[in-house]
Formats: sequence, C-alpha cells, structure tokens
Amino acid sequence: MTISFELADSSVKARDHYRKVATDQMRPISRKYDDQEHELPREWVDYWWNEGRSANPSSGRMDDGMIQVCIQAEELCWGDAGLYLRMPTPALGGSAVSAAGTPEQREKFMGAFQKSAHPVWGAMAITEPGAGSDSAAIQTTADLDEETGEYVLNGTKIFCTAGEGASTVEGGFVVVWATVDKSAGRGGIKSFVVPAKTPGMKLVGCEKKLGIRASDTATLVLENCRVPADNLLGRAEVKKRDASKSTGDKGFKGAMATFDASRPVVAAMAVGVGRAALDFVKEELARQGVEIRYDAPASGLTAIERDVMEMEAELQAARLLTWRAAWMMGQGKPNNLEASQAKAKAGLAVTKITQKAVEVLGPPGYSKKLLVEKWMRDAKINDIYEGTQQINQMIVARRILDYPSAMLR
Amino acid sequence: MIDFSPNEEQQLIVETVRQFATNELRPVGRECDESGEIPRAVLDHAHELGLVANAFPEAHGGGGERSAITGVLIAEELAWGDASVALAILSPALSGFPVADFAGADLQAEVLAKLTGASFAPGSLALVEPRFGHDAFAPKTTASADGGDYVISGEKCFVPWLDGGDHVVVTANLDGAARAFVVERGAAGLKAERERNMGLQGLATAELKLDGVRVPGAALLAEGAVRDIVTRGRVAQAAVCVGIARCAFEVSRDYAKERHAFGVPIASKQAIAFKLADMSIEIDGARMLAWEAAWTLDRGADALREATLAHQQACRVALQVADGAVQVYGGHGYIRDYLPEMHLRNARGFSAFEALALV
Repeated sequence: MTISFELADSSVKARDHYRKVATDQMRPISRKYDDQEHELPREWVDYWWNEGRSANPSSGRMDDGMIQVCIQAEELCWGDAGLYLRMPTPALGGSAVSAAGTPEQREKFMGAFQKSAHPVWGAMAITEPGAGSDSAAIQTTADLDEETGEYVLNGTKIFCTAGEGASTVEGGFVVVWATVDKSAGRGGIKSFVVPAKTPGMKLVGCEKKLGIRASDTATLVLENCRVPADNLLGRAEVKKRDASKSTGDKGFKGAMATFDASRPVVAAMAVGVGRAALDFVKEELARQGVEIRYDAPASGLTAIERDVMEMEAELQAARLLTWRAAWMMGQGKPNNLEASQAKAKAGLAVTKITQKAVEVLGPPGYSKKLLVEKWMRDAKINDIYEGTQQINQMIVARRILDYPSAMLR
Repeated sequence: MIDFSPNEEQQLIVETVRQFATNELRPVGRECDESGEIPRAVLDHAHELGLVANAFPEAHGGGGERSAITGVLIAEELAWGDASVALAILSPALSGFPVADFAGADLQAEVLAKLTGASFAPGSLALVEPRFGHDAFAPKTTASADGGDYVISGEKCFVPWLDGGDHVVVTANLDGAARAFVVERGAAGLKAERERNMGLQGLATAELKLDGVRVPGAALLAEGAVRDIVTRGRVAQAAVCVGIARCAFEVSRDYAKERHAFGVPIASKQAIAFKLADMSIEIDGARMLAWEAAWTLDRGADALREATLAHQQACRVALQVADGAVQVYGGHGYIRDYLPEMHLRNARGFSAFEALALV
C-alpha cells in the first residue's frame, strides 16, 4: 500500500489490445455509422461477437481491478463511443441481473450471452416521458395476476440504450423498472427481466440524436406485457413508507447503488472521447510544427499552448478521479461520493475539451471530413446520461454537507 | 498497480501535521498576515517535528527519507493550516534540496549543517525577477567567471527572507544558460529589501539587488539544478494551492450550514450546495495531479510536464475555490474577521511564483 500511478502489467496489456481494436475495427467505420444512424453496424457487431469478446489480452488477470474495466471503456470510446454502446453485451441489464438476481436468474437470463450463435444484447429501461432524473416518479405499472402467477407490465419507456437489439433479438432481455404499488412510492418500484420478443413489448423506434448515433436509443411500449413472477429481480414484497423509520425505499436505494459501480465506467467512456479529440489536436499541432512549451513562463504562453495545457490537465484530473472511484470499489470502500465526483468532472471536462478542440482546429474542426466535430457531439451525452451533471452535483453536495435528501432537493 | 493510499508512515505524518496545523498554524495565521511576522516558536516546533530535515541526507544530519509524495502530503496539510506559515516552515528546502542534489561535498556540509541544526534555520531561493515576462530558464541576472570566482549581478523578487538564514540559492545566466549559485546572505554587493505583497503577508520576502556579488567557484551548482528547482517548485506549489483551497472549501462549507437565510441554512439552496460540490471535485482532481507529478519525481523521471500541468490546474482551482468561498460568505467574505478574503489574496500569488517551496 503506497501511492502509485503505475498501471499493472495486465492493465497495460489490456490498454494496448483495446487501443488496437479501436484503431483497426472502430475508427474506419466511425463516420459511416454516424451518417447511417439507425443501421446496425454489422461488421463491428459481428467482430465483437465472434472475435473481440473472446480476446483475453491480460490472461484473465485484473490486477488493477475495476480500473482495468475503465481502461477498456476509455480505449474503446477513444475508438468510437456510439459503437461501444452498440456492442452485443448484457450491458446495464446484465449489471442489474448480476447484482440483484438469484443464481437461477443469472443462469437463465445471461446464458444466451455464452451460448447463442448470434449476437445478443441486454438493456435497462428506466426513463419515461415524464420521469428522467426523477426515477422514483416512474408510471409504468406491474400488476401481479394471481391466477397465472405473472406480472403484467404497462407503460412507456424511452432513452433505452441498446433497446432495439435487447427487445427484438432472441436471447436478449430488457430490465424494466415498474411500480407494483404506486401508493408505496419508491418502495413499490421493482425491476423485471423482459426477454426479447415477449408479446406486449413493442419497439416503437429509435431516437435521432446529437451524437453517439451508432447507439440504438429505443422507445419501448409495454402493453399488457406478461412475464413470469420469477422474472422479478430482488424481493417481491413492498415496504410501505414509514415516516418514523424512513426505511421504506431500501430496494430503490439498492437499485440506485448500482450507479456507484457504473458511473466510473461512464466517466471512463467520457475520458476516451475527450482523449480522442485532445490526441488529434496535439498530433495536428505537431504536424504544423507548433510545440507546446511546458517550461515556458505562464505569461509567455500562446493562447493555443494555454488551451492545450488546460485540456490536458482537465482530462488527466478527470481520469484520475475516475480511477480513484474505481479503485475504491476494489478496496471494498463505499464510493458513492467519489463515483459522482468522477462522473460530474468527466462529463463536463470532455464536453469543454471537445468543444475547445473544434475551436482550436478552426474550419477543419467543424468539417465532417474529420471526426473532431463528431467527438464534440458524442461527448455531450456524458454530461447527461447516468445522472446529469446536476444530479451528480446533488449527490456530491449531500455527501459533503452530510445532508439527507430532505435537506437538499 | 494503481494505488491511491498513502503508506502507513505517510498516514501517520499527515495525521501529525494536521494536528500541528490545527493547533499551531490556524490560530496564528490571521495575525501573521496582519503583522508580517511569524512566531519563532511555531517555526521551531515544526523544525523539531523534522518536517523538512527528515528529507535531507543522513550524512549531513537529515533523516535520509526523501520522497516528493511525502513532501506534497506535508505541504498540503501545512498550507491547509496557513499558507504563509507553511511556506516559512518549508523554506529550508529551498536551499537545502538544490544543495543536497547539486553541490559539492564541502558546500553540502556547510549549508545542510545549519539547516539541520538544533533550532530552525530558514532557507532561501532567488529565482523570480521583478519584470513582465520573467522566465525562470532565461534569467536577466547574469553571472560571469572571474578568475576562479563568479560575479553575479541583477535583481530578484519574491525571495523568502526570514530572519536567521545564512544562504540563498540564486539563479543567473552564465554563458547563455540558467544556472544556480549558493550565495551568502551577507555577501558584499547584496541588498535585500522587505517586500509588501497582496497576499502571503506573513511570509517575509525580499527584493534582492545583486551588484557584483562575488562567490567562489564551488558555489556553482551542477547543471540541471534550475530545471529541477522549477519542477520541484511547481509540484510543491500545486500541493500548497490544494491546501489553501481545501481550507477555503471547508470553512465555507461549515459556514453555509450555519448561516440561515429565508429560514433555512444557505447550504440547503442548490446555488450554494452545487458550488460547494464543484469545489470538492476540483480540489480532489488537482490533488491527484499533484500526487502524480510527485510520484513521477520519485521515480527519478523528468516531471516538468506533469509538474507544470499540476501547478497550473492547482493555481486555477485555488483561485476559483477561494473566490467561491468569499461568495458563499457573502458580505462577511469580504471582511478580514473571516478567512476567505485571505485565501483569495494568498491563492492569487501562485500563478506568479515559480518556487516558494520545493519537494
């Protein structure tokens, strides 16, 4: 135990491997699937399913723990963040099943990701037209049909990442958040595994977006969609709100806690996009013979030097905050504060870095001949999804002030 | 492997320094700022704790435990207590480290014996020059060989000049290169005049005029000394900035929880709470950069790029956080009864200094 910023060998191997995947497999088709927004990136999906996912660059070792996952996310999002989100993986749906599911549920729902001959996707459906950050306000209902022992889901889900693949391709699934008892508030919210092609779950379409256009962001309608009671993740009973104890929403809090694990990864994805833009700017400046003088006095720096140095410092601060949050998970330390600090920092830092990159490069930066304008569009989502900047500020503020949510809302 | 925990010894040191800063620096910080003096007892106590001398070579009375990471941990805690007093306590490093790393044996023995003696003795470094566009790697102060000696002439500013010091490391242009020399404070031709600056007023600093100051040939430090001084200075100042920012953040956080407006603590308003959240994020980010730069130094690698990025970021953060702290306090933030206005004045300086502390 001592402060070190040296990556383990296994992390270095993983980094180098995924950087090559990003360079060889993602960058060449990056523009194509930004232009062809709703088309399945077949060559990427097939590559990942048949080759990419079975590659084991670090021989199964993860000496830096979750940091290695962050490194993979950074490298692949340096390649293309939209394609990263389109990878056939269990994704957030898988995280929910892994975290809250029984061994039987894990075997049942995750099996296809091992056995299926064709690519399959997992997804999580939380957001609704009337409930975004305020996820406790979701209106989708799940009613138990006592006769059949099934839950009947009704409602509309939007902004479901990978929702097209997860809802329509055999073997995949969508984890749907719904309330079994609106009077119970947060305590009534449960998550249900809805397998792809379940009757009553309908893909309405995919959003047209500013960036990450290769990612299928689906709208799903659930209309008398029936799933077996066994598809409920976690406990079935509803704890009623009890003002004197305020323990009514433990299940909901547990669900929110999965964000402590996912936010560092999302922050790492952001860092990848930001680094793509910053790397390009530095390479272009080098081609133009513009040197960044780290030894020059601050008052003698050019505007470009100042911009590039600030971009570098901001990106590295975001990366190190991200790694710290990931490292804490491996140490078994609660990282609710640090995960939100990392996510808030990374989302905003790369938003600014990519916007500055377009500015610094001038007309070529704005042109679609390069990918820099795309990275600026891709970057912005990191300041919004998986908890907006403001939601993460709220979480950080409550932690540092030691305020319960009632004191700061 | 990546690891964000200080080792057990460092944790113990941090805890000790935090106690010291709480008990002895914070209570005197404001008075030092007003009077321009630091109580000798505080400096002597810091010396007893060995906060700097522990890092000097054992052969010259030090503890032989040189670590830039330990250095930034100490610097942050001290600056969290009070920035002026922190810089005074750390001043022996200003001449001690360059001499330990770049001087011949005799000069090492002479300079370090004083710094590791029974009571506190300050060190000093004359790097910055009082002109627009000052460049540490291209000083206007000149040195020229004369017989076996060197003769130095020029002007310097922001030179820590505490009572009782014997030596000052001076940078000068020798044959087109920035080089460092050890100069006796009492040398003929050297005049020091106490400065008055916007912040860090507790720390005695001087403007130096060197008019044909003659030093022996052995006073010239080896090549690479200036780059090393600038690098270690930027890392140390990054840590000092983090310490100032952390203090500003903590006092404004506590104030925001106590101060009521419209019937509620102002901390329960998002405009205040989010500002505090941003402060905490930026402080932690800047600290990580300082740690990484220090870690790079400890590996023996050139760390100028990391040091520069950490320094610039920490300067920005300290200023932003101190300004935010004044704002959270509102009108009270402008009053000298409270700390934030001092944090703001102190923080602003670090974009101008090159090295007021070394690790």
